[in-house]
Amino acid sequence: MKRNSTFSNRNALKLALIAIACFALAGFAWKGGVTIEPVDGSVVNEQTIETAPNPAAAMAAFNEAAKVFFSARCANCHPASDVPTQGDNFTPHAQGVTRGKEGKGVYGMKCNTCHQDQNLEGDHMPPGVPNWHMPPADQKMVFQGLTAGQLCRQLKNPKMNGGRKTPKEAIHHLEEDPLVTWAWTPGDGRSVPPISYEEFMKQMNAWVANGAACPE
Amino acid sequence: MTRLSVNRKAYEVEADPNTPLLWVIRDDCGLTGTKFGCGVAQCGSCTVHLDGEARRSCVTPLKAAVGKEVTTIEGLSPDSTHALQKAWIEVDVPQCGYCQSGQIMSAVILLKENKKPTDADIDAAMSGIVCRCGTYNRIRDAIKKAAMNGGAK
Repeated sequence: MKRNSTFSNRNALKLALIAIACFALAGFAWKGGVTIEPVDGSVVNEQTIETAPNPAAAMAAFNEAAKVFFSARCANCHPASDVPTQGDNFTPHAQGVTRGKEGKGVYGMKCNTCHQDQNLEGDHMPPGVPNWHMPPADQKMVFQGLTAGQLCRQLKNPKMNGGRKTPKEAIHHLEEDPLVTWAWTPGDGRSVPPISYEEFMKQMNAWVANGAACPE
Repeated sequence: MTRLSVNRKAYEVEADPNTPLLWVIRDDCGLTGTKFGCGVAQCGSCTVHLDGEARRSCVTPLKAAVGKEVTTIEGLSPDSTHALQKAWIEVDVPQCGYCQSGQIMSAVILLKENKKPTDADIDAAMSGIVCRCGTYNRIRDAIKKAAMNGGAK
């Protein structure tokens, strides 16, 4: 391997390093209600999710958005166990990588030991984005193995969602975290979620706007 | 020209900012203790420290090391008397030796963060450093011996 080849064209080992998708959606927060804008300048009403404007529309939107949460780029770093997975078939991460207390790996096996601030050119190279990580051990934000309803309820549980308090905060999190948008630019050799980021956000916004009801 | 600090020594190197740090260390700094294994961050032979954290130098771009302190196996101690180096010699860990600088550099991080690692701790810390000779049992013994003799100091 010559130095000037930088990171591409590496055929030395075809070990299966496919992206882990540390998809830091570990932060949705809800406090159980949505704020409804006043129509006549009077006091703003607090309406609970259970009496949301359109639960059917909210559930439909979440079901569509859930395709993203459950896709490999996102769910690989949201396992039920403490071992992230990789590839489109959710293979346990090579090298025995584990979550660690903060979701950033352990000892010399931390995420940023290998994952850089950007994707590296070439197949089987570690994907990258600043602050690559999994959800922390005390709020694992599991995606793998859940139904859409289970996922939805988890996202709304303040004890499991990183403490974000409003639907607006959650949407902001989806908009501003580079780990989220990374899923649509995952680097060489990796698939992307089944719907676009724009469509994903459209559905998440619709879910919130319609009261954030959860599918069964 | 990129300014770089390796083992507390300043270097100025002519290299593309995206050049893997490994090649800068080996070719420009002349420190060949750090080995090229796979080139895709899979095997761990190229492990060095960047500001005290383990990094696979084969996938770490030079630009990521600017302004930080790079430590290689040569920088662990001036005379190979780091507790881990001594334990490695005492236990006679290496067979072919190719991966061993990566093994030791990873073990340093383990002992820095955990003064008395269990077998499970050692597995968690070292499972990413591949040894084609299978010296894992001796690596485990040497880490425990080093921990008893001062650990990461």
